[in-house]
Amino acid sequence: MGRVYPPTPPYEVGREKIREFADAVSASDPVHRDLAEARAKGYKDVIAPPTFAIILSQNAGQQLVEDQTFGLDYSRVVHGGQTFRYVRPIVAGDHLVTVMAVEEISSRAGHAFLTTRHEVSTVEGELVVTIWTRLVVRGEG
Amino acid sequence: MQVGTVFPPQTFQVTRADLVRYAGASGDFNPIHWSDRVATSVGLPGVIAHGMLTMALAGQAVACWVGGTAAIVEYSTRFANPVVVPDDDKGTEIVVSGVVKRVGEDGVTQVDITATCNGDKILGAAKALVRA
Repeated sequence: MGRVYPPTPPYEVGREKIREFADAVSASDPVHRDLAEARAKGYKDVIAPPTFAIILSQNAGQQLVEDQTFGLDYSRVVHGGQTFRYVRPIVAGDHLVTVMAVEEISSRAGHAFLTTRHEVSTVEGELVVTIWTRLVVRGEG
Repeated sequence: MQVGTVFPPQTFQVTRADLVRYAGASGDFNPIHWSDRVATSVGLPGVIAHGMLTMALAGQAVACWVGGTAAIVEYSTRFANPVVVPDDDKGTEIVVSGVVKRVGEDGVTQVDITATCNGDKILGAAKALVRA
């Protein structure tokens, strides 16, 4: 509880990755693909759909899976819930660093509940989005 | 937008191919989203959609209702029930509806979202805060 992990290596947000993700989630807004459209809306490049940030959360979450001292049995993990709070949309060209913290652990009815908080900032230190991922670790039997 | 405004429901078809595409785009390769063998071995009825794909599709409905994806400043949900996706060409269907719950003086509007598959609620307490 309260454990904070070291910042992830920077993730470079690419235009084609945004397009690929937008295609996969039926995101039709031209701001995901059309540079002129994105610039007309005041962004310096194409912007990512709201849930794109899950990629950053997943990358940081790998630290939890690999942390032997934490002892998370990933085969029992179910995604319980998800929150994104944006300061601004993620923009192609961003170099993003994620700092993950274990915010809450509780148990109820034989299951464990784990909330991690991920603060995603540019390498320059500008906070872009805060993510909360809620996992349920199902009890044995 | 006024409190009580009901948005037109949006329907999304989800096939196995969509799950594979989402796995590749997101990097979430959990086999419960592509292998019936693994899915049934952990007690699921079959391959299920990524919760994050469902959340993303519901987010697209919101983007469509509020006039653009960039308006969404906060978005949260619980995952209430799995979306089972059969191995055929039709897949399954997700229906997303929404209603304006609150219009704040700070210019932020809360949209409450309901998403169902075969009549079952698949998202719980799903809501988006939008700056219109």
